[in-house]
This record gives sequence, structure tokens and C-alpha cells, in this order.
Amino acid sequence: MFEYLLFSLLNTLVLGMLFFMLSSGLTLIFSMMGVLNFAHASFYMLGAYFGYQISAVFGFGPALLLAPLAVGVLGALVERYGLRSVHKYGHVAELLFTVGLAFIIEEAVNLIWGRNAVTYPVPNFLDFSLFTLFTTSFSAYRAFMLLISVGIFAGVYLVLTRTRIGLIIQASLTHPQGVSALGHNVPAVFMLVFGGGSALAGLAGVIGGIFLITEPAMAATLGPIVFVVIVVGGMGSLTGALVASLLLAAIQTFAVGIDVSLGDIFARIGFQMSPGGLLKDLWRIKISHTGPILPYLFMVLMLMFRPKGLMGKRES
Amino acid sequence: MLLFMRRYGIWLAAVIVCVVLPYIFTSRLSLTLFCQMGIALIFALSYNMLLGQGGMLSFGHAVFYGIGGFLAMHALNKISGGTLPLPIELLPLVGGLGGLAAGIVFGWLSTERSGTTFALISLGIGELIAASALMLPSFFGGEEGISANRMVQTTLTGFRFGKQIEVYFLIAFWAIVSAALMYLHTKTPLGRVANAVRDNPERAAFIGYNTRAVRTLQFSLSAFFAGIAGGLFAINYEIITAETVGALASGSVLMMTYVGGVGHFFGPILGAILVTFMQVSLAGITHAWLLYFGLLFVGMVLWAPTGMAGIIMMHEPVWKAGLMKRLLPSYLLIALPSLVMFVGVMILVEINYHLSLSINPEAALQLFGIRFKAQSPVAWSTAILLAAIGFVFFRAAKRKVSRSWDEVTQTMKGGAV
Amino acid sequence: MSTPALKLAGVRKNFGSSQIINGVDLEVSRAERHAIIGPNGAGKSTLFNLISGFYQVSAGYIELGGHIISGLPPHRINRLGLSRSFQVTNIFPKMSVFENIRCALLWSMGYRYSFWHFCDRLKRVNEKTEQILEMIHLADRRHIPAAMLAYAEQRALEIGITIAGDTNVILLDEPTAGMSLSETERAVELIHKVTQDKTLVIVEHDMSVVFNLADRISVLVYGEIVATDTPDNIRQNQEVQEAYLGKEIA
Repeated sequence: MFEYLLFSLLNTLVLGMLFFMLSSGLTLIFSMMGVLNFAHASFYMLGAYFGYQISAVFGFGPALLLAPLAVGVLGALVERYGLRSVHKYGHVAELLFTVGLAFIIEEAVNLIWGRNAVTYPVPNFLDFSLFTLFTTSFSAYRAFMLLISVGIFAGVYLVLTRTRIGLIIQASLTHPQGVSALGHNVPAVFMLVFGGGSALAGLAGVIGGIFLITEPAMAATLGPIVFVVIVVGGMGSLTGALVASLLLAAIQTFAVGIDVSLGDIFARIGFQMSPGGLLKDLWRIKISHTGPILPYLFMVLMLMFRPKGLMGKRES
Repeated sequence: MLLFMRRYGIWLAAVIVCVVLPYIFTSRLSLTLFCQMGIALIFALSYNMLLGQGGMLSFGHAVFYGIGGFLAMHALNKISGGTLPLPIELLPLVGGLGGLAAGIVFGWLSTERSGTTFALISLGIGELIAASALMLPSFFGGEEGISANRMVQTTLTGFRFGKQIEVYFLIAFWAIVSAALMYLHTKTPLGRVANAVRDNPERAAFIGYNTRAVRTLQFSLSAFFAGIAGGLFAINYEIITAETVGALASGSVLMMTYVGGVGHFFGPILGAILVTFMQVSLAGITHAWLLYFGLLFVGMVLWAPTGMAGIIMMHEPVWKAGLMKRLLPSYLLIALPSLVMFVGVMILVEINYHLSLSINPEAALQLFGIRFKAQSPVAWSTAILLAAIGFVFFRAAKRKVSRSWDEVTQTMKGGAV
Repeated sequence: MSTPALKLAGVRKNFGSSQIINGVDLEVSRAERHAIIGPNGAGKSTLFNLISGFYQVSAGYIELGGHIISGLPPHRINRLGLSRSFQVTNIFPKMSVFENIRCALLWSMGYRYSFWHFCDRLKRVNEKTEQILEMIHLADRRHIPAAMLAYAEQRALEIGITIAGDTNVILLDEPTAGMSLSETERAVELIHKVTQDKTLVIVEHDMSVVFNLADRISVLVYGEIVATDTPDNIRQNQEVQEAYLGKEIA
């Protein structure tokens, strides 16, 4: 039991920090620009594929640096030449632009790398077991992921609190109108944040592509999860995004291990029922299978009852 | 008589077209295509009741399409089992009522707020239903879905629905009825107030309307028509899987509606016809059709946000003023570089698909009757050159188009004063 | 004395720690035209937002014809017979002028959420819409989308939407703001006409408009009403002059 708990916790931490790397950029973009960027997870996917391609040629080290950079530049270009020109048509158009972009990126990945998952292996120098406790071992790569994501977290935190641009970004999280009134170059800040957020997503892709899987459907799988994170965490709150990331990672990690169904629970407290039809299905669902629906349930309830999110400062 | 024709002429024409169409295009493929178009058309129109009329951007509209379809399929099985004495022609109503019931519940849950919050809730509900579809096999039939046989004894028309053309007429009938009802709905107090709530919910509250109630009603009625489309889906394919409630179906109805144009009633009809046509015809020719579709969609968002219907209606006053001939030269001027650019992009796309997907990338591929190797540098550089040249001239021509538009609007304004 | 059309008792509003409205008591009797004046930031618009249900009161209560309305959502308050206009033009931009007005009177004429009537066949509704369009001088602009109207026309439409529902109590928030002199004159004339026999509460900066229209005036300073009286008395009130009117009157 202790072994299970400990490793589930560790895995929660690894997955949660990955979610956070993705969602921090998205929540910054969403709160500052009001754009719900459907293509954010697509940048994550591009990061993974770029990482795969670059490591195949130059090795993992250069990939770790170059892939996020490339994705960041791409993100900035998308903001400058795409989003900015649809801005005048309103939020719906901006949103649909990112939906279409996600669509195109997925097809383009199909086009270039094929429809199946690519083999994107753990780099050699990290391919060993860091420690073994009881019977389970913890790989060095997971530790490395944790290290990178904590490092990034610290970096983002420092940029936001210690630099001028960081202070402008922070101010525009809560008062987007006020900042432009103060005469800052808001379009440039937007481009920077969009590029930076995309680069973070790209980095998450480079390391997450190895950890999870690198395939054309990876964006569509992870995209909604990241939305859930920013909704649950709340508008404009990086701390909220962090908490929500860990929370969702915990749900996904722990739910898998609980092999109990609703029927079992009722049986335990003395209700023996054997319903038919739809109810029978409900009765049989094991908690471990609810992993895919729990985040969405969580998000819908949150939006209905507390649209500010856990730590949000304002409503969208 | 003249007044009658002016008012109902377009509907009469629609009926005539629907009746005549299968006798002009008699192939099996075109008949299947028309059936799909009819279903898509109802679905897209119902989506526009949300987006165009009510200002609600939904990412989960397929939930009602799918639920309607599954309910209709279960009902169809009951009909053929003899336990439900319902004529099959009325089966889409079962789908519609199912959609309506689901629409009332989910509508009430999601319409407290509009805008991004609404969009996210609809996304969440869509994902929720899609994910739980596989956990509730007794309703959604698990991986393989549910199937039924539409050839049943209880019919009103005497059709046995063994032939596709009989199914076609059923779909055409429901498409025209649904389209007419949705059109009439735009003329009712609720339809108009839905516009008011879309434009300015705050003000709508101060003229006595509970905005959430307006949105919920509009949402439910829209779900009703989506359910009808789902019911027709069940009859047409005789099989339905959990994919129909999924994000892809929701996304595609959104895209077809938007491409058609959300600002005019007939926009979604155009979108449904065009996109279904692309789906069926392009998918047969190239693997890359989704990419072309995505490019078309983003192109529309960037350059023609009012959709096809918007572009057409933009020309109505110009046409009436007899100034079309002043616009045409610049249109021809922009058509050429667009075509060149498109051909360049297309060659690139096809080459890459050939390289990544075909069994033998070394084999030559054929485009426009020319056979060449995908690895050939000549092909690559030609493609890139075409795309680049096309793009440069496209930008120039775009300026020319907006200039001649300015001139035309100036002339019209001058004429009016 | 009969029940007042509108009554505010001990109404307070604070946002966080800042008090915007500091205990306002006010009674407006039926068919009275009542103006609220005061310097910028005195809380006039906040007061309107409280009365119309856009904000919730922090303390105190508001009555409309004897019914307590504080705590109700805006649409319920409107149905009880109160409508308002906005300081910043607040119309339905994509709809035609005609539709703007027609939508505004559907509820009061009983068609509510109907999807079984056709608007074009509702004779009474359309006649009344025409009347209002005539009254606000926009009859010949009826097919134009509201967003395309000139500013003064939009202000007139704003008033038209406000009065369309035929409510007993009407709140107008700076109806003449930003208008030229001649436009203001026409607007005052319009307000006179459309508020015949109705209770009007108006916030206005233009003193000529205020003294022209109002039966009584309340002066709001820093969230408190410092005086309520007839225009003549207000003009002579020492306290008011010091607090607010000083320069303009003298």
C-alpha cells in the first residue's frame, strides 16, 4: 500500500508538472488576450515531433533547446499574422481561427510523419533506473522531467515577478484594459506571451512526447484536459493552474488503481441490487474506468457553480 | 399570384429541385450524396439556431444529433420487433423528441452564461457524453454501435425503404419541413428575442426577458432539429456508433455552418451542401481532403468571416445598382494567383502524402496527368515557386479588389444621395 | 398619502471596502418627474443600477409601487413596471431599428417566449411599434441596423426601447449626454412627450434640461442625498450651491 501510494504520488507529480507546463502558457494567453487557444495542445504536439526529428539527427540535447525555440517562433508568427488580423471580427472568430489551426496542424503532422505513432525513445544517458523501492523502480527520465519542469516553473516565476515585462504581464492578467491605457506596447506583449506560451507547450512536447506517446492524435487527447486545468484553476491564476494540474494528474493516476464499481459500494453498505438496462451499465462502471470522464465532469460542475475557478481573480 | 410567388416561390423551387434531382443525377453515388446533404443540412441549420441566431458557440451540438440517432435506432428495433406501432416515416420525430428532452436538460445547465463560458461547458458536456458512451453499452452499443433494419411493415407511404431513392424522398421531405419550420421560427417572438439576447443580453433583461430562459428555449428547439437529423441518420445508415456524439461531429457541423455563413438563414444550407460534397468527392480522390478543408476553413475565418452567404449577400446591392461589371475584372485578377497558389500548395501536399503514406514512396505519382517521382527536386521547386509567386500576386490583387470595392461603394453612396 | 411609485429606504452599496452609496432615502410619487443631480462620482449611475436590479443593495431596501424589488433580477423588476435607459448607448446593434422597438414591447404585450406566433402578423404590436417610431422620429430609418444610426438617433432609439414596454416608472440615465444644443432641445421635448402621466427619474448633467423637466430635484453628493426639493428651492439652497452648483449658477 505504501509503495503504491508513494509511486502514485511521484507519478502524479511528474504528470502534474507536465500539465502545468502546458497550462501555464495557455492560462496566460487566455487571461490576457481573452483567446481560448484551441491550438495550444497542437503546439505541444509540434514540440514532440520537432523533438523527435531533431533528436534523431542531432541528439536529445539540441532537441531540448531547438524544438521549443522553433515552436515559440511559430507561435509568435501565428499571433502576428493570424490572430491579430482576425481580432477585429471578435472573440468567436479568434476562437474559430485557433480551432482551424489545430485542425491544420494535426493534418500537417499526418502529412509529414504519417498516421501512426513514431518511436521517440528515452535518450540513452537517461535510460536507467534511478532507484528501486520494494519492487517498483523509478526511472531517471521521470526524475529528469521533474527537474526540467520545476526549473521552468521557477524560471517563469522569476520572469513574472522580477522583470519589467513580467510585471506588465501580471498587471494585464487582472486589468487588461488598464495596461494599454498606460501606454505599453500591448501588441508586442501579446506576441511575446503567445510565443512564450507556445514555446513552453513545445518544451512540454519534447519531454512529454517521450513520456506519453508521440502520435497525431496526441493534441486532441490532451487539449481538452488542458482546458479543464485552466478552468478549474481559474482565470489569470498561475497558482490555480499549478494546483489544478496536480489535482487532475492525481485523479488520473489514482483513479486507475481503484478497482471498485458503484454496485460494489452499494453492496458493501448492504444494498444488493441487480438492475437491468442502462442502470446495469452504471452499476458496473469501475472507478478505474472513469478516468477519462472525471476531468470533464469536474470542469462542467466548476463552470456551473464557480465559474471563477479555484483561484481565479475574475470571470471570463 | 405575384405576391404568392414572391413569398413562397423559393420554397416551391426547393421542392421541385428535391423531386427532380434524383432523376437528373441517377447514379448510386449521387443519391447517397444527396441523402447525406439532406441530413447535414438539417443539422447545420439547427446549429445556426444556436450560433447565428442565439450567439451561442457550441462545441457539443453532436450530443443531440447522436442521442436522437440512438433513440431512433432503438425505436426502429422495437418497430421491427413489432412492439412499437409507429410508422417508420415518423421515426425522425422520435429522434427529435429525444434531442429536445436532452436539450432541455443540458440547455438549462449550460445557458446561465454565454460567450466563452458557454462554449467551454458545451465542450465539457460533449466530451463527457462521448467518453461515457463507451461505458454505457446498453444504450450506445459499445464499440460496434447499434444497428437495425429499416425494412419494416409499418409504413404510411407504402414505401418499403429497400431502395435508396425511397430513403432519399423521406430525407428530402423532412429536410424541407425542418428547414421551413426553422425559417418560420426566426419570425416568431422567441426567434427575434433570441437575436436580442445575442446582440445585448444585458439590455434584453431590461426589456423583461430572462436571458437564460430565452437561451434554454432556443437551445432546446435547436436540439430538437438536431435530433431529427440524427433520426434520419439512423434510417439512412441503419447503423450508428458512439462517433456520432463525438467532438469530430460537433466540430464538423460548426465548420460547415461557419463556412456557409452564420448571418443569413440560407448560409448553413450552402455550407452543408458544399462540405458534404467535398467530403464525399474529395475523400475519394485524395487522402489530404481534411487538410484542404482545414485550409478552406481558416481562409474563410481570416478573409471572409461572413461566410459564403455573407459574400453573396454583400453583392446584392451592387447587383441591383448594376455595378457588378465594375467588380468582375478585379475578381478575375485575383482568381488567377489564387489558383496558382492553390496548385502549388496542392502539389506540395500530395508529394508529402505520397512520401509518408503510400506503400511504395519510390513509385511515381500522377498529378494533372503528369507522372513524376515524389523525390524529384524539380517537382519540389516547381511547387514552392508556384505557391510563392501565387502568394505575392494574391496580396497585390487583394489590394486591387478592395480598391474597386471602395469605388463601387462610393458610387452607390453618391447615387443614393 | 398614497404609496409612492418608487421608494428607497436606507439603501447602501459598497464594493469591497469602498462605500459608494451611503444610506439613501428617497420617495418619488406617481407621475412625478424627479431629477437626480450631483458631481461626477457621486454615485448616480450606481443608484440607477441598484434600482434596476443590475447591482444588489448591500443594505436597505427598494420598493416599486409598494412591492419590494431589491434582490430581484432585472427582468423581474422590469415586468413589475420599471424600465431604464443607459448612459452609454445600449441597444441591439445588429437588429433593425424596427426590430429593436418591437422586441422591447413583445413581453409587455403578452407574447413573451412564444414560438407559435408570427411577429409580422401581430397587428397590435406592429401598430404600436409604428407609433413609437413616429414619436422618436425614426420611422424613416426603420430598416437600418441600429449600429448604423447617428449618435443622436441611437440616443432616441435608446429612449424608445425604454418606453416601449409601457412601464409606469422610467429611469433615464443622462439621455442628452454628448448631444448638440438643438439635439438636446429635441430630446427634452421627446422626453416630455413620452413620459406623460408616468413617473420619471432622470440623471442629468445639463442643468437647463434638469430645471426644464423636473418637478423635484435630489442632489447626490458622495453617495448621500443632501437635499430634495423643488427646482426653485434647490437653486436657492446654500448647501447645494456650495457642494455642487456654485460655479454654474453664479
